[in-house]
This record gives sequence, C-alpha cells and structure tokens, in this order.
Amino acid sequence: MRRDYTLYFFASLGSFLIAYIALPLVVLFVKQLSDWEMLVKTIHDPYVTEALRNSLLTATATTLIAIAFGVPLGYVLARKDFPGKSLVQALVDVPIVIPHSVVGIMLLVTFSNAILDSYKGIIAAMLFVSAPFTINAARDGFLAVDEKVEAVARTLGASPLRVFFSVSLPIAFPSVASGAIMTWARAISEVGAILIVAYYPKTAQVLILEYFNNYGLRASRPIAVLMVTISLTIFVLLRWIVGRKANAPR
Amino acid sequence: MLRAEGISKDWKEFHLRDITFEVKEGEHFIILGPSGAGKTVLLEIIAGIIEPDKGRVYLNGRDVTDLPPEKRGLAYVPQNYALFPNMSVFDNIAFGLKVRKVPKPEIERKVREISKVLGIEHLLHRKPRTLSGGEQQRVALARALAVEPPLILLDEPFANLDVQTRSRLIGEMKRWREELGFTALHVTHSFEEAVSLGDRVGVMLNGRLVQVGSVKEVFSKPASEEVARFLGFENIIEGTAEGRKLKANGVEIELPVEAKGRVRVGLRPEDIILSLEPIRTSARNKFKATVESVEELGPLVRVHLRVGNLHLRAFITRSSMLEMGITKGREVYVSFKVSALHVF
Repeated sequence: MRRDYTLYFFASLGSFLIAYIALPLVVLFVKQLSDWEMLVKTIHDPYVTEALRNSLLTATATTLIAIAFGVPLGYVLARKDFPGKSLVQALVDVPIVIPHSVVGIMLLVTFSNAILDSYKGIIAAMLFVSAPFTINAARDGFLAVDEKVEAVARTLGASPLRVFFSVSLPIAFPSVASGAIMTWARAISEVGAILIVAYYPKTAQVLILEYFNNYGLRASRPIAVLMVTISLTIFVLLRWIVGRKANAPR
Repeated sequence: MLRAEGISKDWKEFHLRDITFEVKEGEHFIILGPSGAGKTVLLEIIAGIIEPDKGRVYLNGRDVTDLPPEKRGLAYVPQNYALFPNMSVFDNIAFGLKVRKVPKPEIERKVREISKVLGIEHLLHRKPRTLSGGEQQRVALARALAVEPPLILLDEPFANLDVQTRSRLIGEMKRWREELGFTALHVTHSFEEAVSLGDRVGVMLNGRLVQVGSVKEVFSKPASEEVARFLGFENIIEGTAEGRKLKANGVEIELPVEAKGRVRVGLRPEDIILSLEPIRTSARNKFKATVESVEELGPLVRVHLRVGNLHLRAFITRSSMLEMGITKGREVYVSFKVSALHVF
C-alpha cells in the first residue's frame, strides 16, 4: 500500500493551502465577535448599506450582460473553426493577466467621461475582468454537447436557433451557470479597476478601503465581515442550486 | 424515392467517390461496408448535416442538396442514438411533433401508439441515461418514426448492443417494418443485418459503392474479387421454409431450427464436404452436384457447384482437388451438416 502513503503526504502538503485560506476567514469572524457593538453600528450606517446595495446590483447587472454576450460567443468558439480563432481565444483570456489597476487606466483612457464615476463605470470595470469566466465555461459546456444530438434535432425539423434553446443550452446549463456564478463572484470582488474608474457611486469594496485609510482597521473590519458573509452566502447558495440541478436523477 | 447521384466528399480521413444509388419506396436498403469506408459520412450527406463536394441528392424527384436538414424531413438515427439527455423518453419521442406544432392530444396519442409497437410504453417517464442499450435504440427509433418521415436513416443501429439483444432486435425490426411500413436506408458492417433485413444491398469499399443488387445477387455473384473477399464467399440460399425443411430452387434442405415463410440461410464454403462417392457421415444434407468451374487461389481452390438449380461454392485444398480429379463437368457428392447452416 505504498501509494496510500504518497496520497497522505500529498494531502498534508495540500492542507497547508486549505488552512491558509480558511484561517484568515475564521479569524476575521472570531475577532469581530469580540467587537459586536461596532458590527451593529456598522449595519445601521446608511453609507455602508448603500455601498453594499451598489456592489450587489452592479455585480448582478454585470453577470447578466456577460451571459447575454458571453454565451453566444462561447457557442461560436465551441462549434466553429475560423481564421483568427486562436487570437480570439487569447483575447478572451487577456483580462485575467492584466493588473486590475491597468484595466482601470485602459478603460478610463478609452471611454473617459462616459464611464467616469457612474454605475456604468463600475459595471464596465467588473465586466472587463469577469466576462472570461462566462465565455470559457460556456465554451467548455457546449464542447461537451454531442454534435450528433444537435444534428438529430435538426433532422427532426428544428431550426438551428430552436436546437440551441431546446437542446444545446439545457444540456450545457450546469457549465454555463457555474461560469456565470464565477463571473458574479469575480465581479463583486473587484476593487482595483473600480477605484480608478468609479470611486463614486461607492461600492462596498471601495468603502472598506476608504474606512481603513480614514478610520483604521476597527472601522473597516465590520464592513469586510458583512461583505464576505453576503457574497459567500450567495455564492454557496447558487453553487448548491446548480449542483443539485446538474446531479438531478435523469 | 431517394436518389444519390455522383456524391463525392473528402472529410477528415474519409474519401467518398462518385456514389450513385437509389432507394425505392417501402424498401430496406442496406449499405454494407467495413468500418472506415465512409458510411456515416454518406448518411450525414443525405441527411443534410454534411455538404457534399460534388453530386446531388434527390428526394421524390426534388433536388434537396442545398436544403438544410430541417427542410428535408428525413429521420436520422446515429450509431450512439444521440438521445436528448435533458428530456424524458416521452419528450424525446415527441420532439419532432412539437416542432411541427402538432396539437397536444395528437402528440400524446402518437407517442403512445408508436411506443406500444416498439414496446417502450413503460419507459416514457424515464430519462435516457437510465436506459439499457436496447431500450435506447428503440427510443431513438421511435423518435425518428414519430414524425412519419419518408425515409429513415439508420447508422449501425445494432452495433452498440450485446449479441443476444442484437439478434432479438433484428428480428423485431422486421416486425416493426411490417407494422409501421417505413422506408429505411441502413448502413452497417454486419452481414447478419444485411442478410436478415436487406431487400437490396450496396457494398461500399474504400469510399466507393462497388456493387448494388438484391441480397442474393450480391452474395452469390460478387462483382469483383474485392467484393468477394469482403463478403467472405458466403453461400446465401433463399427459399421457402416449412418446419425444418427449406425448399430452394427444387432442392430440399434440412434446417437446424424451425422456420416458416421466406427465409435466407448462410453456409460457409469451408463447411461443404466434397466426395466422389456418396459417403456415410453424420451430415444430414447430401446432394449430387455438378462442378461448374474451378478457381485456383494458391493453396486453396474454390469449386463452383450446381445442385439442381442451386449454386454453391466450396473450398477444398489444392491437393485434394488433384487427388479427386475435380474438373469442370465432373459429378460429385456434396454434404454439409445441419448445424453449419445459419438461418437469418
């Protein structure tokens, strides 16, 4: 049973990362519990609730836009070979490798006043950094749909558009949905580009930074706790719903 | 009803060359060829999924070459059946009817009707993933037939089934065709399917349709050495069965199983024993035959024989040919075991 020892060894190495991710999360909550008063005060701070609302709304709008444009693109990338396809594919991945402050500068240089300090600006910044998740997940989802299934649906009289909505999309749904969730998660965790493009209207991410600079750790921590609680809850909930649908008995 | 004219196509590693054939109304037409011959590509060209480089496809006299699959109305059953995994069996079968905006009660009635004939009524609420191979095959067939297509395209419909299910469903297929009366273009690499189900057969080798004809014709008169080698020189005897007796061209043959009506039986040439005198053996089929011709194939010799009006081919070694002095016109005795016969 030598192989088991290898596995145990690897698991102990890997658990370092798990602990590393979990520890700050736990400590953040535990420390906040000892400062309950500040948390209650923060919840009643209209600046904070306004900022949280802004974050949730813009991230959700970003996700919807990413789905509307990213799913069709993912389908094309999965089904069609065309000259320049690898260039398009590389371009889709570009936002992942660019520092987010640079993204902000690029957007501001390109669209300047049209997006400066507005909801449009927040969404623009979020979309740029998070759309690749939807595009790539949709592409992978459609690649896994057997082309014969689509062909049969065509022979049975369905138009290509009908085949897409009644066959391809439902089959690829779990993949597309988990991509959209990742897009939402990435959007709501974006700070760098938003700081540059749209400091106002204030989002929770930016507010945390502002409170930290102006009032210190004690003031910014409760917002961080609220932010993490809300986004993690929504993230886990959505993942659970999609996972349940994907594994539903067929 | 369907005519393919001069179809050529280079697609991946397949090269179709100048394929021309016709499928008649009500017929079960089989395209028989080894795997890699390009049979699936041909089927998908006819379905409209792949465009041919050259050639035309006519359906009931109308040129449909430039029409997309949804405008052709041909039903297609791919080798892996390609059931819609996101839909129940009922919705799979109903798909084509829903697309055609058939009223709901009518859809319900038609789906039930066809499911009953195919024996899958009890599966209607299930998802395809939970079905066995044989069940999936019948669902795919039901889905294709529900829209009452002029022609149904079958790609190796029995290839993914275990041996027992296969022979059972081949038998069933004959019954379904009698009951539902569809026209089929069926591609396969299996002689058993060709001989059991085919009205006519086209042999496809290396992207070319090298011979088209009735099953008996193709198997008894291969157009070339290539076809003959591919078909394995099988003797196919066609006749009328009554119990364990088969009457074929005035010759009475004993069968291994009971059968009734028109049947085809296969007999491998190496299972035929030749002798100069009537011999005492356990083989129960013994006939007097005339040697029509002799073909030398290196160490083996193929002897063409005539028994009454029946033509048979047998293999013997070169040395036994010389020893027995077998030449054209010579009278010999032919015998073969009942168990050597394969009833299709």
